[in-house]
Amino acid sequence: MGLIIALLAVALLILIATIGAGTLGLHYLFGIVIPYASLAVFLIGVVYRVIIWAKSPVPFRIPTTCGQQKSLPWIKSSKLEAPNSTLGVIGRMALEVLFFRTLFRNTKTLLAKGPKLGYSSEKFLWLAAMAFHWCLLVILLRHLRFFVEPVPSFVGLLQPLDGFFQVGLPIIYISNVLIALGLLFLLFRRLFDPKLRYISLAADYFPLFLILSIGTTGALMRYTSIKANLIPIKQLVTGLFGFQPVIPAGLDVMFFIHLFLVCALIAYIPFSKLMHMGGIFMSPTRNLANNSRIKRHINPWNPDVKLHTYEEYEDEFREVMKAAKMPLEKE
Amino acid sequence: MADNIKKPEELAQIDFRPPRKLWTNPSIEFRKGTFNYAAVPEKAEYLGLPHVRKWQPMDDDWQIPDNWQEIIFEGMRERLDKYRSFRIFMDICVRCGACADKCHFFIGSGDPKNMPVLRAELLRSIYRKNFTLAGKIMGKIAGGRELTIDVLKEWFFYFFQCTECRRCSVFCPYGIDTAEITMMARELLNLIGLNIDWIVTPAANCFRTGNHLGIQPHGFKDSIDFAVDELEELTGVKVEAPINKKGAEILFVAPSADYFATPHYYTLLGYLALFHEIGLDYTWSSYASEGGNFGLFHSTDVMKRLNAKIYMEAKRLGVKWVLGGECGHMWRVLHQYMDTMNGPADFLEEPVSPITGTKFENTRSTKMVHIIEFVSDLIKNNKLKLDPSRNDHWNVTFHDSCNPARAMGLIEEPRYVIRNVCNNFHEMPENTIKEQTFCCGSGAGLGTDENLEMRLRGGFPKANAVKHVHEKHGVNILLCICAIDKATLPPLLEYWVPGVEVGGIHEMIGNALIMKGEKRTTDLRGTPFLGTAKGDDEGKESAEDV
Amino acid sequence: MYDAGKVITGIIIFLVLVTFPIWFNIASGEAAYTPDPTIATPAEQCVESLEYMKRNHMDMLDEWRDIVVRDAQRTFVAPDGKTYEMSLSNTCMKCHSNKTEFCDKCHSYVAVDPYCWECHIEPEEVTDGNR
Repeated sequence: MGLIIALLAVALLILIATIGAGTLGLHYLFGIVIPYASLAVFLIGVVYRVIIWAKSPVPFRIPTTCGQQKSLPWIKSSKLEAPNSTLGVIGRMALEVLFFRTLFRNTKTLLAKGPKLGYSSEKFLWLAAMAFHWCLLVILLRHLRFFVEPVPSFVGLLQPLDGFFQVGLPIIYISNVLIALGLLFLLFRRLFDPKLRYISLAADYFPLFLILSIGTTGALMRYTSIKANLIPIKQLVTGLFGFQPVIPAGLDVMFFIHLFLVCALIAYIPFSKLMHMGGIFMSPTRNLANNSRIKRHINPWNPDVKLHTYEEYEDEFREVMKAAKMPLEKE
Repeated sequence: MADNIKKPEELAQIDFRPPRKLWTNPSIEFRKGTFNYAAVPEKAEYLGLPHVRKWQPMDDDWQIPDNWQEIIFEGMRERLDKYRSFRIFMDICVRCGACADKCHFFIGSGDPKNMPVLRAELLRSIYRKNFTLAGKIMGKIAGGRELTIDVLKEWFFYFFQCTECRRCSVFCPYGIDTAEITMMARELLNLIGLNIDWIVTPAANCFRTGNHLGIQPHGFKDSIDFAVDELEELTGVKVEAPINKKGAEILFVAPSADYFATPHYYTLLGYLALFHEIGLDYTWSSYASEGGNFGLFHSTDVMKRLNAKIYMEAKRLGVKWVLGGECGHMWRVLHQYMDTMNGPADFLEEPVSPITGTKFENTRSTKMVHIIEFVSDLIKNNKLKLDPSRNDHWNVTFHDSCNPARAMGLIEEPRYVIRNVCNNFHEMPENTIKEQTFCCGSGAGLGTDENLEMRLRGGFPKANAVKHVHEKHGVNILLCICAIDKATLPPLLEYWVPGVEVGGIHEMIGNALIMKGEKRTTDLRGTPFLGTAKGDDEGKESAEDV
Repeated sequence: MYDAGKVITGIIIFLVLVTFPIWFNIASGEAAYTPDPTIATPAEQCVESLEYMKRNHMDMLDEWRDIVVRDAQRTFVAPDGKTYEMSLSNTCMKCHSNKTEFCDKCHSYVAVDPYCWECHIEPEEVTDGNR
């Protein structure tokens, strides 16, 4: 169900771009209006979502400790798994955001005869996630050569590195191969692991198909005979980013499809689970120090509640307490 | 054990393949052994909970208020505004499934709605439909669901089938904590009068008498006095156990099961022996005679109301600081909630051990020290005469209780103590201990016989780990520092791995502790020590560091 | 606790990073720059159409190299029937003799660094720097 909806949605997006920019030739709409609109939706949407999150306080200090607390000085504490200082938290978050520390811990549970439960390390999800996210970043940075003029030197350095093996012409980028493998693993995992298939929604397949389509259209323009003419493409893009938009001649429909899918993706981010990229930074089980007995955490809405005081308690039980010779406030 | 429970071999026939049908249209069967009964009206009334009435989950009509959806939505809105965790955890799950096979209830039942991701989706789907733009516009396509009576019944079933153990949050790449989601769901259910008795009754008792069991002050005193006599019989040493003593240096708070249930009781004897031997100036309190806090499993408000007693009593008695006993969820409350809810404890002093002079700097704001931290320091400073050979009849393993491990990080201290009081210590496999420890399957207010089948299923992963060390190393006792563990693990182990007892660390300390003037030949359970009692031996020096 | 300061800092860092292309282009003032390669010694006709050459010259050169080096075959027959010697230095550079004003214009615009000159000797005219 979700799978089909997601596939249809991506197919529809491709169709819209093909007809709109190709058949109808609405270059101004697809080249300028939609990119600006989606960029605005992306920026405003992401900031809005983060502000909504931030407006809710963190009432309690609830880190999940994944290691030894800091207690007695002679007990070695786990500074990254149960940090009790800001520096430790930064370290923990850095490991999480940059290297997906938690996914690295992933295991697979197996039930054998006996009954006997076993747990094996399961790193493929981590590997695919790392491959996908890091390659996405590299590809994005590589694309800066089309975004800005003049091209900053670090972008120029990235390309030979990414094309280190010098296979093919134009040279095949390692990141393109790895991102495809990563995405396909994530997709097949969803399709063929019965548990994953059961929990997957259209919103889980859609970004996978969308990013796969973006990658495919990009690869077609680089590696196949549907070659893109890069000069007008860069003119369009720098024009957009420099607020001097132009529609140069020589743009192909394949490029418009690619661009439209990218616009769809970035505009989709604020409304979707893709907000995890911001959410991870604000997750209270990860971004708080385990120091709740050292420093008082303030809850801004700490409620006034009805208490049962000692006086009320003694009033109720004075007789039995007296009989049991227990000390009393009032005889 | 109830007779209608299947044999272990049958219960372990678990099918992990999810059904073909979509999960979104629920129909819950309240089958005996898989759910908990509703709160007794008078107890709910005592706590002033909303919509008190007589009802049961297996009734067709739950007699909830007509505007129940409105109440739930309003409750959700309020909580979304109060808890960043709730908002974020509703928004950012990518359904990667890393949490799926990490939940003890899923492993033990194969029920896909026990995968943490899907348990959360039960609530998330309603959130999406009613609180997100995509869900409002696209409904089902965006993963939204209507809030129907069937969904509500499903919530009740599955959110009282989560023990808030946080194991999933160790494995979630975004740290999404199902405990947090379960807490929100239970608060929402409470708003329309859906509570379970095993939570509400202990909470109401605790509010009134100071402890879960509803033991009145004289009964509390009797229990402690009885333990003092029992300890004298076992060791020949008469100890003092002051209650409600003003001006004592330290207030000691333990879970009430310690003085009322077995095998907790041996832990109580251990505390008493230890405090006597080091000459601790302390007091028990009948008013704050409960460390545990079933409010944690009900709502923030009830948690605060119960927890407030500890500081109020510490202030009334004029103690310097507070020491807490062996308990799991109690320490989640003390470590992560108490100071925020009921602090600042500025009328107390920064805890210093009167025996060793060690400052417990990690507790300088809350002023509450875990007894295992306290004892570790005593052993490290050679303040205890210990003869671990007195525990040689025990082949021990240690079960990390969920909350001390994952909400506190109390991992090495108990191991340090065990190594100093026991000669035979074997760890369970690494995926089942420390931060990856499996829950007993009965925490968060689910430790009753009503839902025994689910408890046995939920406890299966832990029991299976115990079975491993039982068969490999001949382990015959599982040590733990949690009162719920001590209450619920014995039937669990009897079912899955007969021949393994359950005990507390302070029971082992009590056995190994060489007391001045003692005359004893048995451990605290009355079992003779192996060989002759070596009462005057010098005990193993505490050289072993962590 | 809201940690408003940290959240706002985070938002600002996010905005600065994702809008990098905007302020970079505005600062450089080159957003509207268009490369205009010029040919020093113009001929009437290239070996293929202009549109084809714009997109595919790199593939053609790659192909030429392989055919020449591996098969020792040196004759290229153009679509219009004319024949050319497959040679970068002798054929291409005859017209496109000004590398800086022709090749480099577009290559540096889209940051392409072809490895032609790792084997071939760069034409001597290369003296003044790029634009």
